[in-house]
Amino acid sequence: MAKIHVNAFIGRENKNAKLKLENNSQVIDLLKKLKINPVTVIVSRNNELILEDERLKDNDEIKILSVISGG
Amino acid sequence: MNCCSQKPIMEMPSGERLCKTHFTEYFESKVFNTIRKFDLIGKEEKLGIALSGGKDSLSVLNILNKLSKQNPRIKINAIAINEGISGYRDRTLETARDFCSKNNVKLHIFSYKEEFGLNLDDMLKILKVKPCTICGIFRRYLLNKKSKELKLTKLATGHNLDDECQSILMNQMRNDIAASARLGPRTGITQNEALFVPRIKPLYLCTEKEVTAYAFINGLLDSFNECPNAPQAFRANVRDMLNELEQKNPGTKYSIVNSFLQTLPFLKEKFKGGIINICSRCSEPASNGVCNACVYLEKLKRKVEA
Ligand code: SF4
Ligand SMILES: [Zn+2]
Ligand SMILES: [Zn+2]
Repeated sequence: MAKIHVNAFIGRENKNAKLKLENNSQVIDLLKKLKINPVTVIVSRNNELILEDERLKDNDEIKILSVISGG
Repeated sequence: MNCCSQKPIMEMPSGERLCKTHFTEYFESKVFNTIRKFDLIGKEEKLGIALSGGKDSLSVLNILNKLSKQNPRIKINAIAINEGISGYRDRTLETARDFCSKNNVKLHIFSYKEEFGLNLDDMLKILKVKPCTICGIFRRYLLNKKSKELKLTKLATGHNLDDECQSILMNQMRNDIAASARLGPRTGITQNEALFVPRIKPLYLCTEKEVTAYAFINGLLDSFNECPNAPQAFRANVRDMLNELEQKNPGTKYSIVNSFLQTLPFLKEKFKGGIINICSRCSEPASNGVCNACVYLEKLKRKVEA
């Protein structure tokens, strides 16, 4: 099975992560891999929000934005 | 189940999946229903919105601005407090200024430096206290005092369902139920409006995730920005625990707040009438002869002079 590569920006830590995922992976798989609770983030691709069961594609640029506010 | 043929962007605890348009509609009507249900806003008001520049207060302002446009007897003013936290508040204030000038909202900014002579950063160098303790005392003090000076009828804040849920549980865990009697969608000692400007929480029934999605869609979400002063560890623990429960059991936060609402009238009855004094120095409300803000200002002054 081919793998896909995804670039994820993690807002809370202000850092980028490059991840290798199974083909046909969904957003929820990406979050699991990063140990992020989906309740605590919203996820976007090309400036549009996407749901947890959205399939990811090779070379996707994903933003994972924290819903927690800072004081 | 999808709401329409547009791509869904949010899934509700019921399983319904909403597109951008229908989610915005759902969110705004939820806020308007909250306002109606708890009687937060009357027919004629001069509302203040406590603006931090974060997603919650900007979302409240965005919605109340729409309300005010439909309803000219509801006037709105934004109030922002500049505590003087370098590298943090300057940025969020910039966002607040931007929004207000684009949307023609009057913004009043009050700073600790001008009002008390010192920035929070400087105060913390002088006094050995938890940052959030004095920061909160001075912020509440200024918001109330300035709201009265501006003749605001109510002050709206960005508190959401998650904030409330955390506070309810924290008070239980600390065995401080008197503090819970002061929670709810509408706070402040309502029978004493000359002293306290009532506070309202229009986002009371919206989860933090919903607010964030609304802010994102409407261009109100700034990049993540956290106050450098250690966040309260206890609240962070309760928050994480609640989010784990919510993930396994969607709707948990709503159930906690909803059952709390059923006990709130009894709590308010039990804890009503704590004697409110007037501070002998500044005439703001106080639980003793002198208010907390004046007590800390005195401490600061003594340290500076020593
Ligand atoms: S986190 Fe604490 S110090 Fe920072 S702004 Fe909030 S109350 Fe003030
Ligand atoms: Zn739709
Ligand atoms: Zn005082």
